[in-house]
Amino acid sequence: MRKTKNLIAAFCGATMLMASMNAGAASKTLVFCSEGSPEGFNPSLYTAGTTFDASSRQLFDKLAMFKRGTTEIGPGLAEKWDVSADGKEYTFYLRKGVKFHTTKEFTPTRDFNADDVVFTFMRQFDKKNPYHMIGGGGYEYFNSMSMPELIKDIVKVDDYTVKFILNRPEAPFIANLGMDFASIQSKEYADNMLKAGTPNVVDLKPVGTGPFQLVAYQKDAVIRYKANPDYWAGKAAIDNLVFAITPDASVRYQKLKAGECHIMPYPNPADLEAMAKDPDINLLKQEGLNVGYMAYNTLVKPFDNVKVRKALNMAINKQAIIDAVFQGAGKVAKNPIPPTIWSYNDAIVDDPYDPAAAKKALEDLGVKNLKMKIWAMPVQRPYNPNARRMAELLQADFAKVGVEVEIVSYEWGEYLKRSKDKNRDGAVLLGWTGDNGDPDNFLAVLLGCDGVGSANRAQWCYKPFDDLLKKAKIVSDPAERTKLYEKAQVIFKEQAPWATIAHSMVFQPVRKEVVDFKIGPFGGNSFYGVDLK
Amino acid sequence: MFVYFLKKLSVVLPTFLGVTLVAFVFIRMLPGDPVMLMAGERGMSEERHTELMARFGFDKPIIVQYGLYLKQLASGDFGTSIITKQPILKEFSTLFPATVELSICAMFLAIFFGLPAGMIAATKRGSTFDHTVMTGALAGYSMPIFWWGLLLIIFFSGILGWTPVSGRISLLYYFEPVTGFMLIDSLLSGQEGAFTSAVSHLILPAIVLGTIPLAVIARQTRSAMLEVLSEDYVRTAKAKGLGPKRVIGLHALRNALIPVITVIGLQVGVLFAGAILTETIFSWPGIGKWMVDSIFRRDYPAVQGGLLLIAAIVMLVNLAVDLLYGLINPQIRHTD
Repeated sequence: MRKTKNLIAAFCGATMLMASMNAGAASKTLVFCSEGSPEGFNPSLYTAGTTFDASSRQLFDKLAMFKRGTTEIGPGLAEKWDVSADGKEYTFYLRKGVKFHTTKEFTPTRDFNADDVVFTFMRQFDKKNPYHMIGGGGYEYFNSMSMPELIKDIVKVDDYTVKFILNRPEAPFIANLGMDFASIQSKEYADNMLKAGTPNVVDLKPVGTGPFQLVAYQKDAVIRYKANPDYWAGKAAIDNLVFAITPDASVRYQKLKAGECHIMPYPNPADLEAMAKDPDINLLKQEGLNVGYMAYNTLVKPFDNVKVRKALNMAINKQAIIDAVFQGAGKVAKNPIPPTIWSYNDAIVDDPYDPAAAKKALEDLGVKNLKMKIWAMPVQRPYNPNARRMAELLQADFAKVGVEVEIVSYEWGEYLKRSKDKNRDGAVLLGWTGDNGDPDNFLAVLLGCDGVGSANRAQWCYKPFDDLLKKAKIVSDPAERTKLYEKAQVIFKEQAPWATIAHSMVFQPVRKEVVDFKIGPFGGNSFYGVDLK
Repeated sequence: MFVYFLKKLSVVLPTFLGVTLVAFVFIRMLPGDPVMLMAGERGMSEERHTELMARFGFDKPIIVQYGLYLKQLASGDFGTSIITKQPILKEFSTLFPATVELSICAMFLAIFFGLPAGMIAATKRGSTFDHTVMTGALAGYSMPIFWWGLLLIIFFSGILGWTPVSGRISLLYYFEPVTGFMLIDSLLSGQEGAFTSAVSHLILPAIVLGTIPLAVIARQTRSAMLEVLSEDYVRTAKAKGLGPKRVIGLHALRNALIPVITVIGLQVGVLFAGAILTETIFSWPGIGKWMVDSIFRRDYPAVQGGLLLIAAIVMLVNLAVDLLYGLINPQIRHTD
């Protein structure tokens, strides 16, 4: 028996040794244990981060791009841009000499130019565009960023100049163009495929200008990329990039330990301690660009009374939630935007945890025997890894001040739908992860008057607050915008439409041989600039 | 035999039609809709929601949708995924070989070890071997697949380093799939070490998926053998002086195999169910995981098509098992 075991061990050991030797001799290959399969390879059609990791963040570029590991927007395929005095016209001056990928299906005959920019946006904007309905015509990000209402026209001025004409000034516009849905596609490729009668190939076999190009994709198994040798910012330090699709976090960790992959996302909180101690692993961490909150329905009594909301907020032991739900991997939230975002108002003082004061305040307000519902999300999110547990802790906290809580939950689609209802019964646990690093992306979307009955789950429309947001949207001076958002946060704290609960920490374990990997502030993974020792 | 076949087929066809209805209604009974899930926390306006529901045809009365679906099926079209925009049949046929390969290996393992274990346990009833087999079978049957899989990974891959953690083949090997069966494709690729790598990747998932069928087969074989061994004709065979090998191998086993084959046939359904978890743990790109993802995304066409195809396969296997009975014991096809 022992002999057999030894033989098996020797055989497997030899196989693995041969494999690692082969790897050493070959070109540099970075393996990323991704958490799932992409829905497709055209980022404008989808909204999942997993899809963006596999497509826009490796294969495509945008006109304006976020500097690696930051929320700072800078030039991308546009070298520079001008904004008209009224803030309604954006003129982009495009980079010259940018090559699209050469693939089996497509050999570009020209460099990237203004036609590609116009095509990319017109496909999403113009319902008569021959590509609009290809792939289902979803464009959910384009729509949810209000682009159809915002854009009046997109005009090619010359081969390397494009003008976006807007219906209204929109200060976050440049940041919006740095988002994944704005990844620039090749018009020449699209035209070729349309002529060939296979337009959907454009979305399945992507051609971009990005640092990597797609080699092969096997659903639920592996995605292979190679470095784009002609990348305009210089070839990537690694030659090959492989996504080993590994849905289970525990298995991803085992693969990382075994050296079968170099980087993994979304570790189990329970594994973090062991990862931190592992000599072969660097456990990177960064504050997430997110906020987890509980939104009261401010249209329903007694939550329409700001004093009731403030009193309830004082009853919440947020630190206990951070310890129990986030297992320490989070930070108490006092503002509706995370500290990593510009204009975060650190001067604001959070509501103290004071159950006695909360109880007294409720009694003084004549609120007795209050019964309320707390909605617990049925899914796990970085801003709320365990909504049920969070709801239970809130239930216990509120019980101490005489408020009886019933916890309810629905299937995720139903939860999202029902929680938008203006007559909703109860406070909703939800959260948000930033898309573009602009405070408007949190404050206007989640708390603006336009969002009532939709993404504004507090159903809170407060004119002084909304006026500040609207003004900040049309002012182009960042310093002035900062002041406006800081003021808005003061009003938010006074009015308390939410109980802000937590900003999560993002952890990303990487093997020691990985050099210069940076956690994406928007939660994504980009491998340009990463090297292997 | 042909009449027997037709009789069995007449049961299969209405069942298939029933499955189309169940598959169609089941996914629509779940709360939530795919359009809302697509939008996520971002949400979308009512108008946009209505527009997208109409675009996918989900706004029509359910009976109309079902009628259209049957018409589509009749032309051999299983629909297109609303998420990946790929034809369901194409997605299924890409992923199905991985599940079949894993299931065949798991079933082979289960039969290879389960049958002899059950037979020996029956012939040595009450012995230590018998108790060990039955305790092991009970443990195997009760073990949660997820836990068992992780345990094996941690021990054999993490601690001993004998087997790879997950996947179908080492990422060092790359070749275009020909048959979709990794064992065959790795041989066809001609790449040195590819086949060994494919085999080493198959070991743990096959053990995990095969554990429950192994336990069931061992228990069923033991119980069927015990029953047959107490029959008069076995006693007569023994009295006639036939050796134990001949009595067990020829007289007892042949008759004991009937219920065992039934169980093996039923285990095909169990394998597909088990594949969902096994494929998730071992990052095995098969239909189990694909189905689960489709359910979570409310990808109606994918769930309907997947359920139908799986049900069709399970029904065909069971039909084959029924036909096998007829071959093993001709009396069955005459009395049935």
